Amino acid sequence: MTALLDVEHLKVSFRTEEGVVHAVDDVSFSLQAGELLGIVGESGSGKSVTAMTLLGLTRGPNASFSGRVMLGELDLVTATERQLERVRGVRVAMIFQDPMTALNPVQRVGEQIVEQIRAHERVKRHVAMDRCIDLLDRVGIPRARERAGGYPHEFSGGMRQRVMIAMALSCSPEILIADEPTTALDVTTQAQILTEIETLRKDMGVGVLLITHDLGVIAEVADRVIVMYAGRIVEQGSLSDIFYDPRHPYTWGLLGSVPRLDKARPDRLPTIPGSPPSLLHPPSGCHFAPRCAWHFEACSTVPELKNDGPENPEHLGRCWLELEVARRRRLVGGTIGLPVPSAAVAASDGADR
Amino acid sequence: MPLLELEHLEMLFPVRVAAGGRKRGHVHAVDDVSLTLAQGETLGLVGESGCGKTTLARCVVRLLRPTSGTVRFRGTDITSLGSRALRPYRSKMQIVFQDPRGSLNPRKRVNQIIAAGLRLNQGAGSKEERVGQLLSHVGLNPEHATRFPHEFSGGQRQRIGVARALAVNPQLIVLDEPVSALDVSIQAQVVNLLDDLQDQLGLSYIFVAHDLSVVRHVSDRIAVMYLGKVVELSAAEVLYTRPIHPYTVSLLAAIPIPDPELSRSRSRHVVRGELPSPIEPPPGCRFHTRCPGATDICRLVEPPLAVYPGGHQAACHHPLNVTETDLAGAVRSPAASRSAGPDLPGAPAGAPPSE
Repeated sequence: MTALLDVEHLKVSFRTEEGVVHAVDDVSFSLQAGELLGIVGESGSGKSVTAMTLLGLTRGPNASFSGRVMLGELDLVTATERQLERVRGVRVAMIFQDPMTALNPVQRVGEQIVEQIRAHERVKRHVAMDRCIDLLDRVGIPRARERAGGYPHEFSGGMRQRVMIAMALSCSPEILIADEPTTALDVTTQAQILTEIETLRKDMGVGVLLITHDLGVIAEVADRVIVMYAGRIVEQGSLSDIFYDPRHPYTWGLLGSVPRLDKARPDRLPTIPGSPPSLLHPPSGCHFAPRCAWHFEACSTVPELKNDGPENPEHLGRCWLELEVARRRRLVGGTIGLPVPSAAVAASDGADR
Repeated sequence: MPLLELEHLEMLFPVRVAAGGRKRGHVHAVDDVSLTLAQGETLGLVGESGCGKTTLARCVVRLLRPTSGTVRFRGTDITSLGSRALRPYRSKMQIVFQDPRGSLNPRKRVNQIIAAGLRLNQGAGSKEERVGQLLSHVGLNPEHATRFPHEFSGGQRQRIGVARALAVNPQLIVLDEPVSALDVSIQAQVVNLLDDLQDQLGLSYIFVAHDLSVVRHVSDRIAVMYLGKVVELSAAEVLYTRPIHPYTVSLLAAIPIPDPELSRSRSRHVVRGELPSPIEPPPGCRFHTRCPGATDICRLVEPPLAVYPGGHQAACHHPLNVTETDLAGAVRSPAASRSAGPDLPGAPAGAPPSE
């Protein structure tokens, strides 16, 4: 089955006063119809820049790109603005983290959705409005006809996010990119919105790219996962690959530092010591090595992203550790995590003690 | 003597209701809350947006003056003290804010930010030394004292906020969502730091958060708030193993577990509906509009906070996870709202409701 979207060796960098920021460094992945691909990473991982680049939202005089993003026959990296206009909202839609800043505060919500529909399709206003109301109803907004006349500030955070989802789906896109869609929401609202995205995905067969830092959210809804760190993909695989057989020490650290409600309370929360590197002057070789308890001489060269063999060709890791060695090293007191830092890491800024 | 006592605390904010501005109403941000904090204890305060936890936190450190009720610090009533009379108490109660970017003056150097409180409360030793000590104490490099906030990461800025709070040797620190804005791996660092500092300095904390997983790690007791009221109060672990109030149950059920099999196998109890308006909270039990177990009495009578054997408190007519013996031994809590009904719950509700 051909993929909906094929990202090939994407690199994005920005020229700044202090030098060049290598925000995305050789990212490749594909998205299939109906699947939910989660991209997880912390601040500075490059996940949001990747997502925004797919829709040409990072273009500017200081931005440089290489690689390809194939949406069918069209390469979104080199597409013209004209071509992108016919993609945005129509073939690929996006919802953002903060619905309050993404929605126009001085325009009624129904109008915003109608505007979106009529920007791409030649339909009469009342037809577009009927469709809008149907969408609002579909995403769980009660009294949709009445509420379509409301302004964004008259909705709660969860409701605003539903409006964003309705707007994103209004032209039946093939792909939905959701950039931290539930981070700004309360946990009960988050559960509602995730259920909504799941239902819509199943009903409409949309391919979803979900960007988040929350591993719990990934565990709930993702089919496949990409883990990013400091601009690079460090691990990639199915949901069970990542959660039950993670290869990369950063993934272990990430999994280990999430407090678990279903397990006994540890004395100290396991952490990843130190902080992510500056993307202006990233370390040469593996970006994670300075914080990695297992780094050794080979780590001064960038590891390739590769799988461990024919049994599981889809599970990729960017680490020099041999698979068997990795599997032995990743447990800390029975749970996946990172052990106490080495002296080198403890000496750097902000180190955990 | 408890370090802090809150009695029937109320904080109302006047608002104009309806267009035209004629009708006046109030946001019942904190509505009859009573809590105590012992020396050296950590009280977790959890709830979602609009529950009143941040307002309560600000009332405690007197950034706000409560509309009614009492705040007592070490036995002294500080509720209505003017700014002059409050001054000696300011150093005893400090606050660390949620937003590491917004809570530090971007135009001041870190040593100025941390030492600002020292101007008013001089301790022994030079200020520079003290600032250096504080920075080390929170895991930062003292040589960076002359840098500006923007030169630090979010987690580091939060540590600066903690150092600032520590500078005046407080007894109580209110932490208002101190790690919510940080990446998960950095959250763990800051939480561990707060833990260590508490052990070393004998601090008492009120830890406000919406994230139940983080709160569990630091708290001795946890209070759950909903629409301005405390709906459940218990020792930390018990809240997770035997939650009584349906709202707590749905809060716990909504938390994503970073384990796909576990997460997909548990019953998905997604709470329905929306938070009601805090200007016109629902009659009876405030949670009844969203509670799957709500009955007629819930719509009419506000349930009082009841203390069950063992000290676990909850305000619900149909409490979950309680036995007949628990119910028989329940008494009305002194923290119960004045507006709550007189009767304690009767029969146990049985298994938690599922959708």
